[in-house]
Amino acid sequence: MQRVGVFVCWCGSNIAGTVDVEAVSEALKNEPGVVFSTNYQYMCSQAGQDMIKEAVKEHNLTGIVVCSCSPRMHEATFRKTAAAAGLNPYMVEIANIREQCSWVHKDILTGTEKAIILGKAAIAKVNLNAPLTPGESPVTKRALVIGGGIAGIQTALDIADAGFPVDIVEKKPTIGGKMAQLDKTFPTLDCAACILTPKMVDVAQNDKIRIFSYSEVTDVQGFVGNFEVTIKKNARFVKEDICTGCGACVEKCPMKKNPNEFNLGMDNRPAIYIPFAQAVPKVATIDPNACTMLKKGKCGLCSKVCTAGAIDYTQKDEYLQEKYGAIVVATGFNPISMDKFDEFAYSQSKDVITSLEFERLTNAAGPSAGKLIRPSDGKHPHTIVFVQCVGSRCDACAQKGKEYCSKICCMYTAKHAMLTRDKYPDTEVYVFYIDVRTPGKNFDEFYRRAVEEYGVKYIKGMVGKVTPEGDKLKVQASDLIANKQLHIDADLVVLAAAIEPDKSARPLATMLTASMDTNDFFTEAHPKLKPVESPTAGVFLSGACQGPKDIPETVSQAGAAASKVIGLLCKDKLTGNPCVANSNELMCNGCSACANVCPYGAISYEDKEFRMPDRTTKVRRVASVNPAVCQGCGACTVTCPSGAMDLKGFANLQIMAEVDAICK
Amino acid sequence: MNNRYLQKEILRISGADVSKCMRCGKCSGTCPAYDEMEYHPHQFANMVESGDIEPLLNSQSLYKCLSCFACIDRCPRGVEPAKIVEAVRLLATRKQGANHMTANDVPAIVDEDTPQQLLVSAFRKYTK
Repeated sequence: MQRVGVFVCWCGSNIAGTVDVEAVSEALKNEPGVVFSTNYQYMCSQAGQDMIKEAVKEHNLTGIVVCSCSPRMHEATFRKTAAAAGLNPYMVEIANIREQCSWVHKDILTGTEKAIILGKAAIAKVNLNAPLTPGESPVTKRALVIGGGIAGIQTALDIADAGFPVDIVEKKPTIGGKMAQLDKTFPTLDCAACILTPKMVDVAQNDKIRIFSYSEVTDVQGFVGNFEVTIKKNARFVKEDICTGCGACVEKCPMKKNPNEFNLGMDNRPAIYIPFAQAVPKVATIDPNACTMLKKGKCGLCSKVCTAGAIDYTQKDEYLQEKYGAIVVATGFNPISMDKFDEFAYSQSKDVITSLEFERLTNAAGPSAGKLIRPSDGKHPHTIVFVQCVGSRCDACAQKGKEYCSKICCMYTAKHAMLTRDKYPDTEVYVFYIDVRTPGKNFDEFYRRAVEEYGVKYIKGMVGKVTPEGDKLKVQASDLIANKQLHIDADLVVLAAAIEPDKSARPLATMLTASMDTNDFFTEAHPKLKPVESPTAGVFLSGACQGPKDIPETVSQAGAAASKVIGLLCKDKLTGNPCVANSNELMCNGCSACANVCPYGAISYEDKEFRMPDRTTKVRRVASVNPAVCQGCGACTVTCPSGAMDLKGFANLQIMAEVDAICK
Repeated sequence: MNNRYLQKEILRISGADVSKCMRCGKCSGTCPAYDEMEYHPHQFANMVESGDIEPLLNSQSLYKCLSCFACIDRCPRGVEPAKIVEAVRLLATRKQGANHMTANDVPAIVDEDTPQQLLVSAFRKYTK
């Protein structure tokens, strides 16, 4: 029989306001096993904890029940107190009489009654508790960053800076991500390439960082500190270590008419290509869908002009197995497709473009060498209409766009409008907005400058439709302040398309067992206090994969994710959670039901010899749980048909005892 | 002016949820009959939300709406302004004892600009 001490907390007036704490500690005194019961204003305070320690000594307690707030809040605190008093920390049970009782009840009588019942349940459980010891697992001191945009780059640099090796896996032929496609960055208008490419070079030159470009993660096994990851290196048909990036092959390739992804299809690239001049790694890649040599076995020009001998038409996809201690997801975003927004005539006119396309049109390295022209006829546009919130802030039942605010559009549209007026003062620039959202340092000032200094015409209202007519775009819109309908003959219409997580994010989340929200953004472990951790231990989040973000925010989050990774990799050993599943081999019939439901792959089977009552031996297949991989979710315990699987610290017997105590 | 009873009736008949409106004005930006209307689609949504129904009931705007449903198609919030207009129109035309026209009146007023919807709605009234 345990010797249980009960400690009821007032939590100031948080609990004591709706629960008669005196009555609770008095009522729990006579429960089986209880030898001591008291109450105190703040159990979690130093004085409260000392009270527990003294009671353990004085009354020889073997179990502790604290009736207080949620175990998420102070379970760790009271376990430490128990350990300091010489008890096993898992001999502590928390009865949550705050969140589940005082905060949800108004009447002191019912509140007190429920608190007593919750206390009784905890006492019934602690009577069946057994000391538990957590296991330890080693930490692989290497990190994996998935995605090589600004988020991934910054995270990798920061981790490498602390001395740990990092691998970046990027599915495109080069790192750089969306930021490499941008022209200028708000609100300071520095050129994106000028601030990004030095970082890309730092990554390339850092001997702690390896880049797997044109590669994907295809499988993730293991657990925090011990991930085993399969990386698929797609065949680029160019030997990466030999190619010097001279570009001779790119010039000579006869298959020149393939849409250039980097310029969003606004110009063409050859079948063998280097995405842009500052690409890292600066290595050519052959597009297998465009190359005649790969499709028909004829041509081979690139191989002839390559003095380094880097072309290899026989290259195959390669699978690498790597071990990591921590994984950072930095898969980023994409603008949504404009297919469902036909009222803006995106598919009908080349002169209706998205903001990212506008970004390429104004970029000196873009398809027009930085000259702002109409994509249809190459003429200078004199009237430009910017439309905000295209696909953002849509109602769920409208099923066209996204429910959330994409956050970055207000600022980049102000930037586009301002830069256009600055470079081409003869251009009329209209911005149709629903709300202008500019929270951020120097953001609102920036937007006001666009209006007051550069004369951008901001109109509160929305564009209803765009009709191409001759070489003009007839824009019909509302001006809500003037209560008028406007008709503007525009030369160029720019749509601020909503952004969405990259399509690779969902399969990746499944591999990582990391959770996502309904929009496929990765969920953080706590929206305020754990913003860069995923709920899955050892998986961290960086950049727009977690939610829409601008560059300053992405970089600070990338640094935060890196610091969490460094904190993890610094440790030599990780202490596990002892509340894991274990199988009673005598009851297990080897049916595999548990292994099928285990989301962590923690259960395997082994053939074991059993001695039978008639002194013969029999070999049977039984389940065995890897305690380092098991997260204690309990899915196997409810699945097991023979009742062999049980969870330490939450055994079926303990749960039933709690239920019995509540129903008594 | 705040008429909670009429407001409730309009919301019941139309099934529209005006509280979803985020005042973007896309309905009015898209409306082909905008210049004909005294009150515009976004104002219908907003005035119904604030219970300001009487001016709408007495406005010719009710009969200028073409029921083309462009506003319903393009509203990013699913507010369905044309259904609100239709509901207000129903309240006006179905008002007990209010006989707006007889069949004999039709030839005189009909021209090629008159929306069929208007005629159908006008006949759909109580005649007692």
